[in-house]
Amino acid sequence: MSQPIIDVQNLSKRYRLGRIGATTLRDDMARVWSRLRGRAPSSDTGDFWALRDVSFSVQPGEVLGVIGRNGAGKSTLLKVLSRITEPTGGRAILRGRVASLLEVGTGFHPDLTGRENVFLNGAILGMKRHEVAARFDEIVAFSEISKFIDTPVKHYSSGMRVRLAFAVAAHLDSEVLIVDEVLAVGDHTFQQKCMGKMENLTGGGRTILLVSHQLPVIQTLCTRCLYLEEGRVKATGETAKLVSLYYESGEDVATRYQNPLKPDQVGVTHACLQTTAPNGGHPFTAPLTLCVDVQGWDRLTKPALAYQFKLDGSAGVLHGWVDENMFETVSGNHIRLTASFPKLRLLPGNYTLSLHLSAEGGRQKLEQLNNVLGLTVAAAPPQGYAQAWRTANGTYVEDVVWTATPL
Amino acid sequence: MSAPSPAPGSPAAVEVVIQPGCGWLRVPWRELWEYRDLFWQFVRRDFSTKYRQTLLGPAWFVLQPLMMTAIFTVVFGRLAKLPTDNVPPMLFYLCGLVSWTYFAQSFPAVAGTFTSNAHLFGKIYFPRLTVPLSVIAGNLAAWGLQLVTFAAAWGYFRVFTDFGQHALMGALPALGLLLIAQLQIMVLALGVGLLLAAATGKYRDLQHVLPVLVQVWFYVTPVVYPLSMISREARWWWVATLNPMTAPVEAIKAALVGGTSWTPGLALGAWATTLVILFIGLAAFSRAERTVVDVA
Repeated sequence: MSQPIIDVQNLSKRYRLGRIGATTLRDDMARVWSRLRGRAPSSDTGDFWALRDVSFSVQPGEVLGVIGRNGAGKSTLLKVLSRITEPTGGRAILRGRVASLLEVGTGFHPDLTGRENVFLNGAILGMKRHEVAARFDEIVAFSEISKFIDTPVKHYSSGMRVRLAFAVAAHLDSEVLIVDEVLAVGDHTFQQKCMGKMENLTGGGRTILLVSHQLPVIQTLCTRCLYLEEGRVKATGETAKLVSLYYESGEDVATRYQNPLKPDQVGVTHACLQTTAPNGGHPFTAPLTLCVDVQGWDRLTKPALAYQFKLDGSAGVLHGWVDENMFETVSGNHIRLTASFPKLRLLPGNYTLSLHLSAEGGRQKLEQLNNVLGLTVAAAPPQGYAQAWRTANGTYVEDVVWTATPL
Repeated sequence: MSAPSPAPGSPAAVEVVIQPGCGWLRVPWRELWEYRDLFWQFVRRDFSTKYRQTLLGPAWFVLQPLMMTAIFTVVFGRLAKLPTDNVPPMLFYLCGLVSWTYFAQSFPAVAGTFTSNAHLFGKIYFPRLTVPLSVIAGNLAAWGLQLVTFAAAWGYFRVFTDFGQHALMGALPALGLLLIAQLQIMVLALGVGLLLAAATGKYRDLQHVLPVLVQVWFYVTPVVYPLSMISREARWWWVATLNPMTAPVEAIKAALVGGTSWTPGLALGAWATTLVILFIGLAAFSRAERTVVDVA
């Protein structure tokens, strides 16, 4: 086995909160003054270890996914490896040219044209001028804005800006690529294109370190994963294993929403998802119940309550609604709407639920509760089979009857 | 923070080790050279964006000193009646402006490195010194244009008045003196700017001190008055000699309009102070660049 191209040894990063040097001169002087008087300063909140003794190594050509909850230290790790901030302890050895993509369009200047910004952005990302010039036509073609390449960027739409920025970044030529969530940009077609490009990049023998909350992306692209929790390495290993470990850890999903209203107000006062398992994984294909308490339903004309399940809080996968025609008339200002899903066919993954309350057949939007509840669907891989249910392969499972006949 | 970066194109030829920094001064020479394309991009960007969408474009680099010269001639020449060392007032003030403006614009711009690039520095790595260096180099363009303006005025006075019939330096020594003086100003602007960048990167409120500093420095340097105006006995003489800007400004005056107060001793003292300031500035900057992102 050759030398690892990235070798991280006991890397640690500490942030000092509320200490001297963190704020303005005036605050520091106030702190020194109160220290002299023998009183501890009020806002001295101590140290925060974003990374603690992180060790791992990456072989050349590997695609390593970094997963973990918000605040686990993923972005800090990328920042340290990208040399944006210095570690407090330990060390990391990089044995190849590293290009970092922590954001697209870094350094774009609004007054410069697209062409000038391509060269500027390329130089910022570490490309030499002749490298950018050689790839200029490819970059413009990939971004699909050749007509506007000589207009100042301030006239671009945000989508155009993002496409151009990603096009520059996608043509970086380095042995190691560090990517942080930049794939969550642009419209659907462009995202597909980016995914395609990323897959080409992974096939090209390049080493990639990828941080993303979109677990389907991690599952598709990464061979190995690094699971961080509170600044420490929780596990490293095969993607499939770590992703299930991540699901099982049970993110604090909100299964209950409360919002008491005054008697004359109209809206959702309470919502909850009842699964057969406690806070954590809803068993795959088990029945699910959704309860929504609405106040003021009888005062609305053509009211409707729409629900949408989104995968990882971004892509909608299940949608429907209820209006007064779907159940027997009920009287009362404050009613409970209950939805029973006899068999929830969603594939294992993290889902969020959004509720939209409207009137006049959807024309008057009353309340939009986005990602207000969460649901984690978990499944054990079937015994003895390598194939596990993966949300990367689809969104739901359909009832199907197989038969076999001899020919 | 780390050892030299790998040479491009050579797979894993050099290692980069990321670890907590030790040592108090680090100039990444190799990396600065590798990122020279970025340096030029910054220079180009600063220059184009300065006059894009303006009415008169680069003509402002000429108009502004002319307008200031007119104001100085009225205020300092006519109203305050400050002496001008036997030089036509307009030429005297224009010469002073040419030597001062570059400094007054460059060191605050360098001082703002961390504050104006906080976003960029937080997202991508490149040797941070690239930005101050691009400012120092970029401002030379404006300086060049002002020098051309001065040359035109100088030519006019030479031809149409009796200015310069005597006591002007030969062309070659004058050029040499001018370039060395400007070089010292550049180094000083870099050193002062880096030091202030480190200070304001950590304590944002110090930014408010900058405009005052520029103003005070302006009056302490013999820009709108000749050094000869301060008699050797007065206590202000020491301030004037300690000020590292005194020597180059007087040198430029000597080179361009025949000022008489410049001595090599003055210049040596100024260079020594300048180099010390550069050293301290580099040390402060390299310490600050490691962690300023954390408090940004």
